[in-house]
Amino acid sequence: MSIDMAQFHQVFFEESFEGLDAMESGLLNLDLGDVNVEDINTIFRAAHSIKGGSGTFGFTAVSDFTHVMETLLDEMRDGRRKITQPAVDVLLGSVDCLRDMLQSIQNGSEVDQSDVAEHKLALDSELNNAVPNIPSAGKQTAKASEVLSADDVKQIAGWVIAFSPHLHLLKTGNEPVRMFRELASLGKLTTTADLQGVPNLYDLDPEECHLSWKLEVSGDIPETEIDEIFDWVEDDCDLAKQPIYKTSTSSTQAEVSADIAIKPVTNSVAREISAEFTSTEESEANAVDRKNGKKEDAKAAPKGSSSIRVDTSKIDTLINMVGELVITQSMLSLLGEHFELNKLDQLKNGLSQLERHTRELQESVMNIRMLPISFVFSRFPRLAHDISSKLGKKIELKLVGENTEVDKTVVELLSDPLVHLVRNSLDHGIEMPDVRLAAGKPETGTVTLEAYHRGGNIVIEVTDDGKGLDKDKLRAKAIEKGLIDPDAILSDKQTYELIFMPGFSTAEKLTDISGRGVGMDVVRRNIQALGGNIEILSELGKGSTISIHLPLTLAILDGQSIAVGDETYILPLGSIIESLHVKEDRLNRVAGKGETFLLRGQYLPIIRMHQIFNVPTAKTTKLTEGLIVVVEGQGLRCGLFVDDLLGQQQVVIKSLEANYRRIEGVSGATILGDGSVALILDIPGLVRLSNQ
Amino acid sequence: MSEIIEHSITDQQDAKRLDTSLQFLSFTLGQEEYGVDILRVQEIRSWEPVSRIPNVPAYEKGVVNLRGAIVPIIDLRERFQLGHSDYSPLTVVVVLQARMADKTRIIGVVVDSVSDVVDVNKKSIQSAPNFGAKVSTEFINGLVSVNGRMVMLLDVDKLLKLDGLDGEDES
Amino acid sequence: MATILAVDDSASMRQMVAFTLKGAGYNVVEAVDGADALNKAKAQAFDCVVTDVNMPNKDGIELIRDLRALPNYKFTPMLMLTTEAGTDKKQQGKDAGATGWIVKPFNPDQLLKTIKKVMG
Repeated sequence: MSIDMAQFHQVFFEESFEGLDAMESGLLNLDLGDVNVEDINTIFRAAHSIKGGSGTFGFTAVSDFTHVMETLLDEMRDGRRKITQPAVDVLLGSVDCLRDMLQSIQNGSEVDQSDVAEHKLALDSELNNAVPNIPSAGKQTAKASEVLSADDVKQIAGWVIAFSPHLHLLKTGNEPVRMFRELASLGKLTTTADLQGVPNLYDLDPEECHLSWKLEVSGDIPETEIDEIFDWVEDDCDLAKQPIYKTSTSSTQAEVSADIAIKPVTNSVAREISAEFTSTEESEANAVDRKNGKKEDAKAAPKGSSSIRVDTSKIDTLINMVGELVITQSMLSLLGEHFELNKLDQLKNGLSQLERHTRELQESVMNIRMLPISFVFSRFPRLAHDISSKLGKKIELKLVGENTEVDKTVVELLSDPLVHLVRNSLDHGIEMPDVRLAAGKPETGTVTLEAYHRGGNIVIEVTDDGKGLDKDKLRAKAIEKGLIDPDAILSDKQTYELIFMPGFSTAEKLTDISGRGVGMDVVRRNIQALGGNIEILSELGKGSTISIHLPLTLAILDGQSIAVGDETYILPLGSIIESLHVKEDRLNRVAGKGETFLLRGQYLPIIRMHQIFNVPTAKTTKLTEGLIVVVEGQGLRCGLFVDDLLGQQQVVIKSLEANYRRIEGVSGATILGDGSVALILDIPGLVRLSNQ
Repeated sequence: MSEIIEHSITDQQDAKRLDTSLQFLSFTLGQEEYGVDILRVQEIRSWEPVSRIPNVPAYEKGVVNLRGAIVPIIDLRERFQLGHSDYSPLTVVVVLQARMADKTRIIGVVVDSVSDVVDVNKKSIQSAPNFGAKVSTEFINGLVSVNGRMVMLLDVDKLLKLDGLDGEDES
Repeated sequence: MATILAVDDSASMRQMVAFTLKGAGYNVVEAVDGADALNKAKAQAFDCVVTDVNMPNKDGIELIRDLRALPNYKFTPMLMLTTEAGTDKKQQGKDAGATGWIVKPFNPDQLLKTIKKVMG
């Protein structure tokens, strides 16, 4: 029977990546001065599992690589090897290499062989340090096979075996009958039981084995096959075997002495037999391994599918809700069949129940896509460790609120921006140890990553106790780059946010840690594309905090309906700052620059919705008679001139582009309660439209 | 009134009909008669109010909610510059499935009225010369004569392209 | 039909062993570590136990030792899955009462062959 191993690959990859993460965090958390044995054990087990699994599923290269790691870790957990920082670093590097290897195999791409070779070399040289040379098992193998070949010269016609189990043999779960069955499958078997050892009935313990046997099996059977049958019980019995050789005369039995004295098998013989067997078994296993390895490595491993791990309790909740929904639905259906007006109240009840269940179901389903943010945070301890050692800084990374749950898409899209922000803090924020000491701060800088829910949003903060932002420097730089006017008045907050302007960077040189053109403007744009926003708070000399606000789910929006003539549009609630009726004295019309209005000392552009969306039924075109809704998108602030504010509600975002096209100024559509379609507005798009 | 024709587009079904016959749904636009492959017709609905979309050509009337999907409605008469006619309860919207690369888009087209489902032998379909018809021959697959009337067979996929809905434009 | 307890903290290995044995007609119950296995063994009588050695929450050797102490598991075949090429673990296993071992990596056929050997 052949089994397609490929069906287990996905699970193997998943658990291996988890194992690698466990190894990484285990290694990072090792206190070299006071090693916790259980921690090292956990790291060892993870490597051991990966080695075992990769061997079983035919990923030989992975198995070989992991074997060296496992050997190192095994020595460490046994206390035979001191755990040093260099060793830990080599292991950390190997974890990375292994991760890359598995990823390459999983998505069918080329494994970076030079990387593998490099790390293997590092592991080997670490292994060869401080450990005395142990004669390798290979030598014994050679010796054993020599012994083997000597016996093979004559052709074997059968075996005579004296088998005398020790009393406790049965208690190992071994059963002489099964061994005889196996022997019988090799050739014609004759058994003769020796009852000498059986005590009288009163002294007989049925759980003990008092019998012994003389076994004769005929056939050209190699000794290894006989040994294999008794391999497990070699310590639990006395075994003596003698081959019967074929001679020119047909009768072979005559050559063999009639009774073979039952000789207790000595330890040395047992060891020799076991060494022989081990070597054969190993080479057998290796042969199988090689064959599997060639087959498996040759064909591309199935590509990793996008999947998500869900707590079964969430699924159970979902199932319960669907159940309730079905009940409500059938109740309403029944009601509808023979509906009479006196049943109106029942109908109303049923409908409100329906609404409740539907809402709960919706929440549950969205909840399934929620993952703890630890998925995003998990890479940062390693990052911090690597960067701090690279820069020679002392940094402690704190993670708070790792269990805060976020939509899966947010997790995926948030990773890179966060990495950039943390790198910034580590690189530009935290000062060198001596600078910190001189400033009266503790030598070790702290960077804290915190996540929490607040009002339908998830908030993620990156806080450092580094040198903070220098407002004057920022301002000077912005003026120098022509990003602001020399006499522009900016609040502190606005000054800090200069960092988000494209083309801005106060780093004297772009280090390869945080530079490379991945600017803060890109970070902000990415976050705003998710419907969120980002803010900076800072104090010179004390540190900075960057806050990211993101909607909890991406497919549902808190919307504010606005009316422009007969049309209803939806504005994302988060984009609205305020709304007001504007007075004539606050308006400013400049030829060629459009209309603006004054708000708290700033002139903001006005966008006439009825104009850019060509709404003929607009109630009014006089700015003072309609409503100005002050909105913000991607750092741009403006006032939308509309007729009215309608209600607020949660809307499900539907794609306009699926069947139709992308419309400038529109980010999607939604279906209102009355079945009609309302467009969801996109502020930057509206600004672009109005500038045309 | 809405009639839903239950089927889905598969290459298999296309292949099945092989060389013999072609089934199409015929409809009228002004004085002229057109036909679309029946396999591309998802359903036929009566005209319902649409939600307007700003800054699009006039013949793109807007979008409707079709069982949760946002579907654009296009007035073919206006598109083919046959002059606008007022919508009445008799006005019909044919919901089509148009295929583009590996994506299927659903669009609704407003027509004057729907006639029959007609079976024709593929051999009787003639190619369409540019004989000055009001509609560009770009997306006409051919002409066929049905009971003495000339029916122009439209290529639904090309229709999408024509409307610039293939997403390839957009500034 | 006989029921086998398959113990391994690696899900992929567990699945592979279970799949292989079920395919040959055995009933299989899975356990994720030694403690889980012991609980299950106390609740149900298994005809055979196949266990990994290195596991958290009670390793394979301790599991075998604990199982042998149970009255209805005195003679039950118990096999260790071990990658250890050295005789150390095997010896420890034997001392704890293991019937035998299967060396990892193994392919499904080897597993089946060995199971058939002990189960008949």
